[in-house]
Amino acid sequence: MAAVPGKIPASQRAVAFGKLGLLSRASCCRSRAARFRPGYLSLSPRRGLAAATCTASVAMDPLQTDRLVAELRDEFRSGRTRPMDWRAAQLRAMLRMIDEREGEIIEALDRDIGKPAYETYVAELSTIANSCTNALKHLRSWMAPEKVSTSMISFPSSGEIVPEPLGVALVISAWNFPFLLSLDPVIGAICAGNAVVLKPSELAPATAALLAKLVPLYLDKKAIRVVEGGVPETTALLDQQWDKIFYTGSTRVGKIVMAAAAKNLTPVVLELGGKSPVLVDSNVDVKVTARRIALGKWGNNNAQACISPDYILADESVVPKLITAIKECLLEFYGDDPSRSKDIARVVNGSHFERLTGLLDEDGVKDKIVFGGARDSNKLFIAPTVILDPPADSAVMTEEIFGPLLPVIPVDSMESAMSFVNTRPKPLALYLFTRDKALEKKVVSETSAGGMVVNDTVLHFVTETMPFGGVGHSGMGAYHGKFSFDAFSHRKAVLYRGFWADMASRYPPYTIAKQNFVRNFLQGNYLEAIKALLQNLRS
Amino acid sequence: MESAVIAAVCGEVRGDFKSGRTRSLDWRLAQLKSIVDLIKKHEEDITEAVAVDMGKPSYECFASEIFPVKSACQLAIKNLKNWTAAVNVPPLLATLPASASMKPEPFGVVLIISAWNFPFLLSLDPMVGAIAAGNAVVLKPSEMAPATSALIARLLPLYLDKSAIRVVEGGIPETTALLQQKWDKIFYTGSPRVGRIVMAEAAKNLTPVTLELGGKSPVIVDSSSDLKVATRRIAVGKWGNNNGQACVSPDYVLVDSSCSTKFIEAMKDTLKSFYGENPRESMDISRVVNINHFNRLVGLLDDPNIASKIAHGGEKDETKLYIAPTLLEDVPLDSKVMSEEIFGPILPIISVRSIDEAIDIVNSRPKPLALYLFTKKDKVKEKVIAETSAGGMVVNDCCLHFLTTTLPFGGVGESGMGSYHGKFSFDAFSHHKAILTRPFWMDIMARYPPYSAHKKTFIRCLLEADFVGVILCLLGLKG
Repeated sequence: MAAVPGKIPASQRAVAFGKLGLLSRASCCRSRAARFRPGYLSLSPRRGLAAATCTASVAMDPLQTDRLVAELRDEFRSGRTRPMDWRAAQLRAMLRMIDEREGEIIEALDRDIGKPAYETYVAELSTIANSCTNALKHLRSWMAPEKVSTSMISFPSSGEIVPEPLGVALVISAWNFPFLLSLDPVIGAICAGNAVVLKPSELAPATAALLAKLVPLYLDKKAIRVVEGGVPETTALLDQQWDKIFYTGSTRVGKIVMAAAAKNLTPVVLELGGKSPVLVDSNVDVKVTARRIALGKWGNNNAQACISPDYILADESVVPKLITAIKECLLEFYGDDPSRSKDIARVVNGSHFERLTGLLDEDGVKDKIVFGGARDSNKLFIAPTVILDPPADSAVMTEEIFGPLLPVIPVDSMESAMSFVNTRPKPLALYLFTRDKALEKKVVSETSAGGMVVNDTVLHFVTETMPFGGVGHSGMGAYHGKFSFDAFSHRKAVLYRGFWADMASRYPPYTIAKQNFVRNFLQGNYLEAIKALLQNLRS
Repeated sequence: MESAVIAAVCGEVRGDFKSGRTRSLDWRLAQLKSIVDLIKKHEEDITEAVAVDMGKPSYECFASEIFPVKSACQLAIKNLKNWTAAVNVPPLLATLPASASMKPEPFGVVLIISAWNFPFLLSLDPMVGAIAAGNAVVLKPSEMAPATSALIARLLPLYLDKSAIRVVEGGIPETTALLQQKWDKIFYTGSPRVGRIVMAEAAKNLTPVTLELGGKSPVIVDSSSDLKVATRRIAVGKWGNNNGQACVSPDYVLVDSSCSTKFIEAMKDTLKSFYGENPRESMDISRVVNINHFNRLVGLLDDPNIASKIAHGGEKDETKLYIAPTLLEDVPLDSKVMSEEIFGPILPIISVRSIDEAIDIVNSRPKPLALYLFTKKDKVKEKVIAETSAGGMVVNDCCLHFLTTTLPFGGVGESGMGSYHGKFSFDAFSHHKAILTRPFWMDIMARYPPYSAHKKTFIRCLLEADFVGVILCLLGLKG
């Protein structure tokens, strides 16, 4: 096994995957994110080496942010980030980085959230790799001006829409998919030709430190910068003038980001969250439904994802079968004692743990637990928990859960379910399980959400041909695929004309004949327009 | 209007949207057709109101206010079915079997804040987009064009759904009260200063915004230009477009020094041919809108550094809110007239030694809403397009991109965010919802925990599109 962090040979990956769930916890320099998990020992020499290294954080002095932005603006002005070659080179370097440093990335995520290597690969690494590959394939066509037809009004003329970079972008990432949510927007910024500053989340410090180390090694370290830090650093960054701000995180902080952006008229993309509901009809394949919901929930960072199924509204006739099926799934997935499973992420830290146990312990909720409920604060473990019909005004039904608790609410009809959803803020995702095409159509047209999946969960996230983003309180703007490119571009309209064919009728003095001409010409009455033109020429 | 009343109005409009009425295609088409009808029956009233508000000639009113709104309605009516349809897109191979589509849906209740300079256009044009997208609308016309505001407030309830489409007249107190309500979209046309206030208010409710702002739209003229045509097009873009009081008015000119004298002479000739020897008597030019703006503009001219640079014009008449079409020659780049958006009949003309110098001057300033370039040389066109940024550009003309509905119209940086016109108006007021549909059959067990080594290998092959690997896994020959 390599003594220095690097690519794990494929033959040993299987071994490494299994052992990655075992990790020694050393308290990190950054006490805010200290994690301690006694009883688990590091077994591999590579792990030992990595565990012993605690990368000193390179936090940014708030006073240095002006200089940082000024430097980036110079980089952008130099024009270096604009040629396709530069952009493609960054994307290829990112692919190399993922390939060569996969082991370190998996380890950092394990350290930060106990994310299983399988999840890190599927949800973070493979998604980023696909983003890069897809972008490399299409970059030329994305960058090309788009020709548009022009009308008789400006004849003779031609038009095109020319995409150009906005300039210097700020990407603020989140802790739950700390690698993905840092680099995926950065890919968009790079593709569009911008210089970019990335602020990874301080709540995932191992990943932040790793990004701070690797990005300058692989990417253009002058035009693509990583700034580590917490609230003071983020505030200092937000005080600067950016050409675009891309923020992933909570609704509450989204408002702060947009208010800061308003001072400089900086356009923003806000990828926020909310309570993503699951509507379950009576006519479904219950087993598959339960599996897909369970995977979307606990198999996706242990429900700490913006698009996690938050709660279920199920037709009352199917609720008992559904709950049984979910229980069976959970046993299949995580065994009798999920605290010993290596295939599920931890709760990220003590304060989220407290918050979640608070939701469970609320009066009126705790007696509705039908499965799970166990917890262990030392391990930051809360068992996958199903709650049957908690009160609609309980905290677990009003706040975004972002954790392994799943309320199931029986409803008497899908209409009731839709009304329930529509009285609440628009979610980032809405999931519908049904075989009824008419109901599908109804839900699509009568509810609103950032995105929807029918008969599955979360998979729209990887569908790059669709925009991924929220609406209302769940966010504004979108990205993935070409939408990422567009998110960081200005689409400049360009109309071309020649000097010949200059119509005197455009110009004052506005005689009656000219007015007649213009009226008829603009409205497409060309015969009348020509008559008026001749009349004008005669006079 | 009191803020309690405004809150009640917004509540009612939200109820209308929730009823679902505005979502039906029939409703949208009916409103759009009614706008066309309104224009047909009241064109004279509109023309008169705009003339009262700022002396806009009827030619201009037709070409730049009435016609674009009518044509926006007609375009929307023709394309509505298309625009509202779901768009199918290919899903990711690894998620097959699946179908993926994007379906546009209305945001909900939108606020449109209009401006005074094209008071009919900038009220109705965004509204066409909002209606086409299925939203309920509250419109706040500008109080600085009171005749048009009153006319709109009177006519809209007569022709349109008066419950789901409302007009709220008023000034700063009413606008402030409106901005404190919760909206699903805000569309604002006006100044960057107020644009900041609008966006800050919108941030409180995470309301997406389109801000159509302004700035100093430069004109670059190189020596290859046909100066006669160039000056005519610049002049009509400036004084023929609400007398320089338009967001896309050519603000100042950067002309190659080798032809700057000829340019100024050609411009003087053009102005004479447009407005005669005494433009004060011409009926073909708008007034300055009010005494505040008049004083502001006169203040720009009274600067001692500027007064000596007046190459043409400079006359004024406060009683008529008249300032002559005025040319300034080579004023200092840091003078007030070269720092603020002029928004009036004053045109600074600065001679530059090269295109690079022109580009540097443009790039040292905030990104403008429009940039105009006059040249015959393709290389110069490419250079300027690549090295400058603006909301939109026209080569060898001014302002016409505004009437080109296939081009998105909007700003960048200080000049705004978002865009509209044509389908872009529909998009500005829509949320494009991503929808992925899968069947129940075909469930890949490798997706699910517990994550065995075999599953990991399989999923890796699947995600890397290593189909041979996938097959080998399925056959148990790999992983």
